[in-house]
Amino acid sequence: MSQVTRLQELVYELKVVEVMTTKVITVTPQTTMAELREVLRQHRISGAPVLENGKLVGIVSIEDLIKALAAGEMNVAVRDRMAQEPVVLRTDDPVVLAVDYFTRYGFGRFPVVDKNGNLAGLLTQGDITHGLLKKLEVEYHEEEVRRYRASHIFEDIASDHTSVSLHYDVVAHEFEHAGEASSKIKRALNRLGFSPQIIRRAAIVVYEAEMNIIIHASEGGALVVEVRPDRIIVRAVDTGPGIPDIERAMEPGFSTAPEWVREMGFGAGMGLSNIKRCTDEMRLQSPLGVHTLLEAVIYLDQERSHGGNRGVQKGSR
Amino acid sequence: MTLEEIRRQLNLEVRTAPGKLGTRVTGGYASDLLSCVMAKAQAGFVWVTLQSHPNIVAVASLINLAGIIVTEGMAPDAATIEKAEEEGIPILTTELTTFTVVGRLFGLGVLGVDDVGVW
Repeated sequence: MSQVTRLQELVYELKVVEVMTTKVITVTPQTTMAELREVLRQHRISGAPVLENGKLVGIVSIEDLIKALAAGEMNVAVRDRMAQEPVVLRTDDPVVLAVDYFTRYGFGRFPVVDKNGNLAGLLTQGDITHGLLKKLEVEYHEEEVRRYRASHIFEDIASDHTSVSLHYDVVAHEFEHAGEASSKIKRALNRLGFSPQIIRRAAIVVYEAEMNIIIHASEGGALVVEVRPDRIIVRAVDTGPGIPDIERAMEPGFSTAPEWVREMGFGAGMGLSNIKRCTDEMRLQSPLGVHTLLEAVIYLDQERSHGGNRGVQKGSR
Repeated sequence: MTLEEIRRQLNLEVRTAPGKLGTRVTGGYASDLLSCVMAKAQAGFVWVTLQSHPNIVAVASLINLAGIIVTEGMAPDAATIEKAEEEGIPILTTELTTFTVVGRLFGLGVLGVDDVGVW
């Protein structure tokens, strides 16, 4: 998922309460502008909410202070200089509303109130940026941890034979969902920490197998990916109608796909040869009229893997 | 060469994932047959095609293509656009033919698998 899209989502998901500053410096209506100057200077802030008996009654900013200074009215009370009934955000407002408020009103900060109208915090644009970055960082870290754990599965679990089996259902003729199983498998292999070369080969195999089921199967089938310490085994099974002549089917360019499927760019007759090219072992069985079973194996041991030397970037640039 | 530079030089229209136009393009491939794309196009390549259905996104995403240029005024449908946004795959469109697009890409120094030495 792209970071930009995730950021857009976060702006909707995150609540104001999660990004606001809770340590808020406040003043009272009786505070003088001279005292306000000291408060702002001391805390290096550019504005403060005004509270009377705990209730938010206004907000005063450095601009109000400058005006008072210019007019020589530094002994006037904040009450007479503050903006009354300030625009507020609520703790459970989404951050996207806050972003909108900053654009719409042009203010530097908004007081945040809880559902009882009590001041809960203060929000600046800096708080939003900071909150979003922090959240992205946490998510990135969580993903890293998940990937680390997943990639150590074979070392962490003691057994005589460990394998991870991933099962995906594929519905025949459902072109609108075509490729979804493959995408999920690719993400799973990525999380398991395989190299880009292995993932590319596996992705091509599962995609072609998935498309074959979608194009040719009468009802549907399944993709089962078994990950062992030394190999990835892809099995594709469907409900028929089977392949009459497997040898012909393996010839590059030979296709039985209907014309409308070919117009979409599928059924070029390259699927099975693509699978063969990317795998170290390939078996195809199809008793006519019954199911088709494809088994494709990718060795994880680079020494033994011949498929790894073909169709893979050699880094000669 | 980034997708953004290609977009500017060929005057392409960005249909999806504008945030990904900074992606570096490592080469190019042109075909309307999905299996051929799966077989030959390399990670980081830009793919030129006149197919515009949602499966082009699945293909591009599976083999980590930089983006897709859909030619001859073919308009990706709503499902294609939605999926491309979801997967973060830039789709750029043009009225130009595939031949012309490929020719101009070559002119910009974007080469195919036969010349970039990856095959």
